Amino acid sequence: MSPEFWIVQTFNGLSYGALLFLLASGLSLIFGVMRVVNLAHGSYFLLGGYVALSVIWKTKSFPLALLSGALAIALIGIGMERLFLRRLPGQTLGQVLMTVGFALIFQDLALLIWGGDPYSLPLPAWLQGVVTVGALRFPKYRIFIMALATVIGAALWLALDRTRVGAMIRAAVDDAEMAQGVGIRVPTVSLGVFALGALLAALGGGIGGGFLGVYPGLDIEILPYAFVVVIVGGLGSLPGAMVGSLLVGLLDNFGKALFPELAYFTLFAPMALILALRPTGLFGRT
Amino acid sequence: MRNRRGIVVGIAAAALAAASAPLLSAYPLTLLTQAAIVAVLAMSLDVLLGYTGLPSLGHAAYFGVAAYAVGILTTDYQRGFLVCLLAGLVLATLTAAVFGLLAIRATGTYFLMITLALGMVVWGLAFRWVSMTKGDNGIAGVPRPDVGLPWNLGAPLPFFYFVLIAALLAWTLLGLLVRSPFGMTLMGIRESESRMRALGYNVWLHKYLAFVISGAFAGFAGVFWAYYNGFVSPVDVQLVTSVETLLMVALGGPGTLAGPALGAALIVFLKNFVSVYTKRWLLILGAVYIGVILFAPRGVLGAFRRDR
Repeated sequence: MSPEFWIVQTFNGLSYGALLFLLASGLSLIFGVMRVVNLAHGSYFLLGGYVALSVIWKTKSFPLALLSGALAIALIGIGMERLFLRRLPGQTLGQVLMTVGFALIFQDLALLIWGGDPYSLPLPAWLQGVVTVGALRFPKYRIFIMALATVIGAALWLALDRTRVGAMIRAAVDDAEMAQGVGIRVPTVSLGVFALGALLAALGGGIGGGFLGVYPGLDIEILPYAFVVVIVGGLGSLPGAMVGSLLVGLLDNFGKALFPELAYFTLFAPMALILALRPTGLFGRT
Repeated sequence: MRNRRGIVVGIAAAALAAASAPLLSAYPLTLLTQAAIVAVLAMSLDVLLGYTGLPSLGHAAYFGVAAYAVGILTTDYQRGFLVCLLAGLVLATLTAAVFGLLAIRATGTYFLMITLALGMVVWGLAFRWVSMTKGDNGIAGVPRPDVGLPWNLGAPLPFFYFVLIAALLAWTLLGLLVRSPFGMTLMGIRESESRMRALGYNVWLHKYLAFVISGAFAGFAGVFWAYYNGFVSPVDVQLVTSVETLLMVALGGPGTLAGPALGAALIVFLKNFVSVYTKRWLLILGAVYIGVILFAPRGVLGAFRRDR
């Protein structure tokens, strides 16, 4: 294996990890605050990609497409949380089945609206092409994804760690009942976090549309990755989601490159091992 | 009393199916066969979910490895029914025995997540280990079993009776299991783990054994599934299959055996009939998931139960 192989694969792994971070950070926060295992999270990713696609076809504006995709799906998230999930506090099984129900409905609606053909989100000129370093070529778009995920990750961290709202969210993650007791409106916090999670996932879907594409089945395909990230990193932990995303991005890339037959095994087996040794994940609290 | 009602309903359903089978055309008959197999899978999951209180999200794994064992042994090695049955059962049991060691430590949501992850390990192997599993293409051409009976099991009717007898056998064994002192202990653990521990029961061992037994019965269903379908693919081990099994149990009512079996039959018929009339059956299935949770959280049988 040449050094170029390692550099390129590491770059690819990290950029995929950056995309996964957008998807998984929301899932992790949602779980942290509401203890909901949201199996419709992959659907937010897919729908975000589709909405972005429709908007870019109409307006030709890349930023507007990403933004409107994210906002539209955030609204869907708000509806799901307010009207449905809130009725099932603490019922893990019920939440799982309900979110699966939504995932199936979204899958079918997407097929109905956008059809079965795979699409790719057209990129603006400034994101096309590659940056050449010596003999190595790095696609600009992947560099953009990494930069954007870094900015969003930093913003999330600052918001959670340094602001009043962030403190309220952390309090709700730690102990919802106590947080409610000291006057934090936990239901409102939950709703906000759920909307934020859906928004981030949809943003990820729009961005992912530029290099993964947007196609039926993407929702089910991407969901396990988000789960692995969250499980490895620790449920409800933002640093966990960051480290987990990069780890999963790298594991997935090297797994596929080095052991093509065992690619998913090299992804899921380390996760099962981490869970067995540390059931709460790397950064989860015991 | 509710135990007896479940048995009556179950026997009545099985007798009705057995009596009407000769009058049915091939298509409804295959659906009945499918329902009987999936009913075993749902009942096996219920040992964990309903009786022990452990929501497993990876149950398709044990079902799937057994199906793959049959698929590979019948097509690549031309092995007979008994070898395949045994291999499927052993492989499913071993898989559950290993996964159980990893999963039983966790409880609640973490148990759900770890079983999901372990299920994905199996799915990943099925999908990518192409030299063994033929990957996404699946293993086609699994022949119907030849067990030396005078009836040709390749025909729908004899095969249905064959499967029905197997399913009734599984139901009987599981029924004996959940009514045994062991089963009572599982229910005790479901209600209060700490109390059972204080009473001196080895809670870990009981949960672990329940996990392994449940996996073994899922494998039993998987063996017949491979023969029924004639085809084994990653679809059999994917997350959606695990979740669908959970839905069957939830729909029928966890903590009864007849309930999940009926839930399984309902879902099988619903899926097939709705997909005949409309292409939008995923929409309807999704609505069923949500409707069951909102309007019948204790399942169809549970809705008629007075105790608890």
